[in-house]
Amino acid sequence: MNQEFTLTIFSENSIGLLNRITIIFTRRKLNIESLTVSESAIKGVFKFTIVVNCEEHNVKNLVKQIEKQIDVIRAFYLSSDEILHQEIAMYKIKTSSLLESNLVEGIIRRYNARILELTKEYTVIEKTGHKAETQELFEQLKPYGVLQFVRSGRVAITRLKKEHLSSYLENLEKEHRQPVEA
Amino acid sequence: METLTIEKEKTTEKKIQSMTGSDALLQSLITEGVSTVFGYPGGAIMPLYDKLLDYKKEISHILTRHEQGAIHAAQGFARATGKPGICFATSGPGATNLVTGIADAYMDSTPLVCITGQVFSHLLGTDGFQETDVVGVTMPITKWNFQVTKAEEIPEAIAKAFYIACSGRPGPVVIDITKDAMMNTFDYSYEKCSYIRSYIPEPRVKTPQIEAAAKLINEAKKPLAVIGQGVILGNAEKELLAFVNKSGIPIASTLLGLSSIPNNHPQFTGRVGMHGNIGPNIKTNECDLLIGIGMRFDDRVTGVVSKYAPQAKKIHFEIDKAEINKIIKVDAPVLGNVKETLAQILDFIQPDQYPEWLAEFEACSKEEYNRVAKEEVHPSDGKINMGEVIEVLNQQSKGDAIIATDVGQHQMFSMLYCKFKDTRAWITSGGLGTMGFGLPAAMGAQFGCPDKKVISISGDGGFQMTMQELGTIAYNKLPLKMIVLNNNFLGMVRQWQELFFDERYSNTPISSPDFVALAASYKIKGETVNDRSTLKDAMERMWRSEGAYILEIKVAAKGNVFPMVPAGASVSDVIYGDEHK
Repeated sequence: MNQEFTLTIFSENSIGLLNRITIIFTRRKLNIESLTVSESAIKGVFKFTIVVNCEEHNVKNLVKQIEKQIDVIRAFYLSSDEILHQEIAMYKIKTSSLLESNLVEGIIRRYNARILELTKEYTVIEKTGHKAETQELFEQLKPYGVLQFVRSGRVAITRLKKEHLSSYLENLEKEHRQPVEA
Repeated sequence: METLTIEKEKTTEKKIQSMTGSDALLQSLITEGVSTVFGYPGGAIMPLYDKLLDYKKEISHILTRHEQGAIHAAQGFARATGKPGICFATSGPGATNLVTGIADAYMDSTPLVCITGQVFSHLLGTDGFQETDVVGVTMPITKWNFQVTKAEEIPEAIAKAFYIACSGRPGPVVIDITKDAMMNTFDYSYEKCSYIRSYIPEPRVKTPQIEAAAKLINEAKKPLAVIGQGVILGNAEKELLAFVNKSGIPIASTLLGLSSIPNNHPQFTGRVGMHGNIGPNIKTNECDLLIGIGMRFDDRVTGVVSKYAPQAKKIHFEIDKAEINKIIKVDAPVLGNVKETLAQILDFIQPDQYPEWLAEFEACSKEEYNRVAKEEVHPSDGKINMGEVIEVLNQQSKGDAIIATDVGQHQMFSMLYCKFKDTRAWITSGGLGTMGFGLPAAMGAQFGCPDKKVISISGDGGFQMTMQELGTIAYNKLPLKMIVLNNNFLGMVRQWQELFFDERYSNTPISSPDFVALAASYKIKGETVNDRSTLKDAMERMWRSEGAYILEIKVAAKGNVFPMVPAGASVSDVIYGDEHK
């Protein structure tokens, strides 16, 4: 049964690694639903957050193949209940439609959105939330004329107390400095 | 910004010298112990080829007749010697001609370091002459690849390339170097790589895994161990032998595991897989414990997965974490280099013997001999059979030769009937099944092992794919022995057409040149054998010949390889080939 999984991948910052990771999905004809890459809390270590719909045994093999890449430090997969996640959306609407009706203000309040920029011509509204929530706001704003709508990929955080990676890296360095006798 | 994370080996002496990127590359190779390189020059790699002239004493460069020949030779060299195979090619077509060999090496875990020239760095991405995105093209088929655009990146890239290619589960690495990086000068120093923090080549052996596996082994009544190439790649032949002798477990080999243990070992029951022996295939579905050792449950080994040993508990000794539960779910994974894990488990297992269980395999062997092998190997009349040729070769070699094959029927007959005494004596394209592999791979093996008898066995189809390498063999006066089993067919495809496509022989009849005359034009000796009565003497003449020799043997046009597990069937549903006779 297909299920939504969020993959968290920690890697070195090397050219082409994103390509190496995505071809692992492509080869298995798995579609990437969302992808976010940026530097993690540890300097020089990059974090990929990838959302995929597949069966659990597929995602298990997928993660192992990803972790096998030389420049990947660790890779994990998490089901939806093991993570908190957010996406960010931005909406550009005509400022006139904001001024013409007080309904837009009500919508912004109700959806906990905020105004980022206001000019004579347009107003940019921002909202964070799950895809369904940002989509809903889009539907609400539609009648007032949405000039542009963009949405980010997912960022996710585990429900664990601490990111294990830093202690993992510390141990790794320690072991390397004092190799254990075989 | 690219970062190469390399921990420096503290013992290496640091000598700094100003030199060009090309000099640095060759110096790095020498430091890594390289003395043989296979390759082909071209525009983008000219600076490197120019410098090769200055290192003639240290590095011998073998000019092949095609880049595919170079990479298969590097593969054969690596498989025969255990050292990494090195090849050079220029940008664009030179590099793309390596692709088949890289894919083959990736499937069969062969350590290769491939150096490709690239256009000047300022031309990257401009569709320059002979520019191909080699890093992009080879990404899915390399263990690691890297583009060098600055001379000063060369030492680290090469050090990392050797470490990655050779450690853990080995594999091919491509280093793509722009022409300006080869030409520019910098302060060179070299330090070998022995650590990359994001890469753990050998998972640490976990004692509880060893104990769990040992418990299953000690409880088993009908265990069967399947040996893969991991034993050879891990240099674990001695550890395997000790394990096999103490445990008493019957063993079988995968295609690539052959020669890891002499096939006259009393517990050796044959080969598994599509054209494997009856015994180990049928007993796979009767054993109570199946032990995979350095193998990966390829579909040619398992047949239909749902019917593969469903009754048995399973143990998997494996270095690559990604192979565990990839295809076959196992009860006891044992991660680590088999050299370590097999040695460690020895203390946990009871000495045992399985005479009755082994006798069941023996009965299968007898049946196979009577129904399949007898007529194949010792036919009374008709044209010469492929299996028969292998048997005549065995009589001559006594198992003391390196056998390199191409892909197809002759490969399966060689697998079934070739005898091996020593490890690394069997070189064949397993995972990728690359026709044209055999001749250049044999050539590479001969370069790596000049004092050994190296025999290349090909069909008429595969030989024609890379026979330009006769030029390389002749020029270098290699004493390579070449057997071409000529049935005027692409035999394996023809066999499938006969069995599964209503005997519609679409594009499988194939004509050939006069192979002996062709070889003669390269001043290579040889002869054609048409008749059984002359086979043995001809084989002896080939064996005793000083230099290269080609033996073209006209074999039965429509011979079939049996036993056979048809695609999509269970391993125990074996066809003997005599069902409709």
